[in-house]
Amino acid sequence: MTESKQKDFIQPRQTKVVKGNVATAYAAKSARVQVISAYPITPQTTVVEKLSEFADSGMMPGTQYIKVESEHSVMASIVGASIAGTRTFTATAGQGLFYMYEMIHWASSSRLPIVTAIVSRGVAPPWNIWADFTDVIACRDTGWLSSFVATHQEIYDEILMSYKVCEDFDVLLPKFVAYGGFILSHTSKPVIIEDQDLVDEYLPPLPDEKGWPHIFIDPERPMMHGNLIMPSGFYSEFRLKIHDAMMRAAEKIKEAAKEFEKMFGRSYGNGLVQKYHLDDADVGIMIYGDLALQMEQAVDELRDEGYKVGMVKLRHFRPFPIEDVQEIAKSVRVLGVVDRATAFGSPTGGPVSSEVKAALYNTDIKTPILPIISGLGGREVSLEEQKDQLKALVKMYETGELPEDLIHGTLWHGKLEVK
Amino acid sequence: MSESESKSESEKWKDINKSKEERPKVQEYKNWKELPPIPISFAIDASIGRTGDWRTFRPIILEGCNKCGICWMYCPEGIIKKNEEGEFEIDYVFCKGCGICAKECPTDNIKMVRESDIEDD
Repeated sequence: MTESKQKDFIQPRQTKVVKGNVATAYAAKSARVQVISAYPITPQTTVVEKLSEFADSGMMPGTQYIKVESEHSVMASIVGASIAGTRTFTATAGQGLFYMYEMIHWASSSRLPIVTAIVSRGVAPPWNIWADFTDVIACRDTGWLSSFVATHQEIYDEILMSYKVCEDFDVLLPKFVAYGGFILSHTSKPVIIEDQDLVDEYLPPLPDEKGWPHIFIDPERPMMHGNLIMPSGFYSEFRLKIHDAMMRAAEKIKEAAKEFEKMFGRSYGNGLVQKYHLDDADVGIMIYGDLALQMEQAVDELRDEGYKVGMVKLRHFRPFPIEDVQEIAKSVRVLGVVDRATAFGSPTGGPVSSEVKAALYNTDIKTPILPIISGLGGREVSLEEQKDQLKALVKMYETGELPEDLIHGTLWHGKLEVK
Repeated sequence: MSESESKSESEKWKDINKSKEERPKVQEYKNWKELPPIPISFAIDASIGRTGDWRTFRPIILEGCNKCGICWMYCPEGIIKKNEEGEFEIDYVFCKGCGICAKECPTDNIKMVRESDIEDD
């Protein structure tokens, strides 16, 4: 990539009414990604289409777009490109993510700062292509950072922030940025596409020809990677290093969010969690993804009715914001945790609510937690239903008793009942 | 955060990023904090041992060699070298004695001799 080519391609700040998937493509463009490899899958397809359009029309000079035959090859080629020392991007969803699962580990265990958008969809069978975060959460233990976003603008912003965090030499891990299929991906909203110069200033410089500090392809400095480690070798220690980097990423996420706010004027809480009317709330609800946006309105309406309710939007699932969760649970009297995902056989059946409970063990926090599961497979969750969820929590606070219709301790909200 | 002291992690591993001349020949680390982010290996001679030790039969190039180079092409270990006079020599430090060169030699000028029958060295 030549310097002069880069100069030709300066985009001023502009607001565009775009679909969520197009905002994703614009984020990759603004981040000046050098290699894209992708395979289409609903509801991610329009990300790929838009990126290939950008690459083909010359709007992304210096970007290589690789066409491959499957998601497994997508991640394999992205891993190769990243090892060679480039900023890389891809997007996938549901079954496609599962098909690349083996290579997902190659990315994280090679400590490559790859950013991948996940347009989350339900897991088959039965086939389902609508919003449900079980796909990205199924990659919980892969060593990838993962975040959920709630708005169109946040998709664009979070992808930029992700490159900043992932490429930090103290982190060097890949990251998923997940948003609900169709609800964000195929609806249109105004999105600010930031000034290219400002984005360049915010992000770390693109890797030079020497590549990353820990892995590179250079005939002058030959190295072998992907070797075998015997049980007596440092295998366990390298796993510990991934965990340590992940835990330290929490601070970097906070710094990236703070700097983003300073530069672009948009705030996402502390980066890990974003609170809404939580300071004086007796009843709190934790929620993530696109459902969080509508929950703000539900909170407003219950506040109008005189209930002291508040909400926290969970932005990062990995690293899990342990300290924030503890502080929030301590500040409220009852806490509900809404999952639009499943974790079969876990303590609550919901992945995030199980983690919240785990984060509070061995502390003096005794706040009751109500796990809620709703909106699976893209099922519409209306404003009224979200208000019902809040009211169930209010009732729990007033009476001190759990709701009656729990199943294995969890409120499966909005179940169909045919009369 | 978890452990604040882990921030002062050893930077020694960053030497792997230097040129081939400047970087250490062998990486040595004491504990997990000193380790680089991922395990990597450098190419060094005989890193997995002197494979010539495995040999039972030694290939010997005889006088009548016509320097055609077929043994050099077929050697799976790449240890047959051409010297300045254009003659072929076998590196016995790494030759495993597989015998492919002897089998392929069109003029039958490579002889396989049992190691125990060789008196010198």
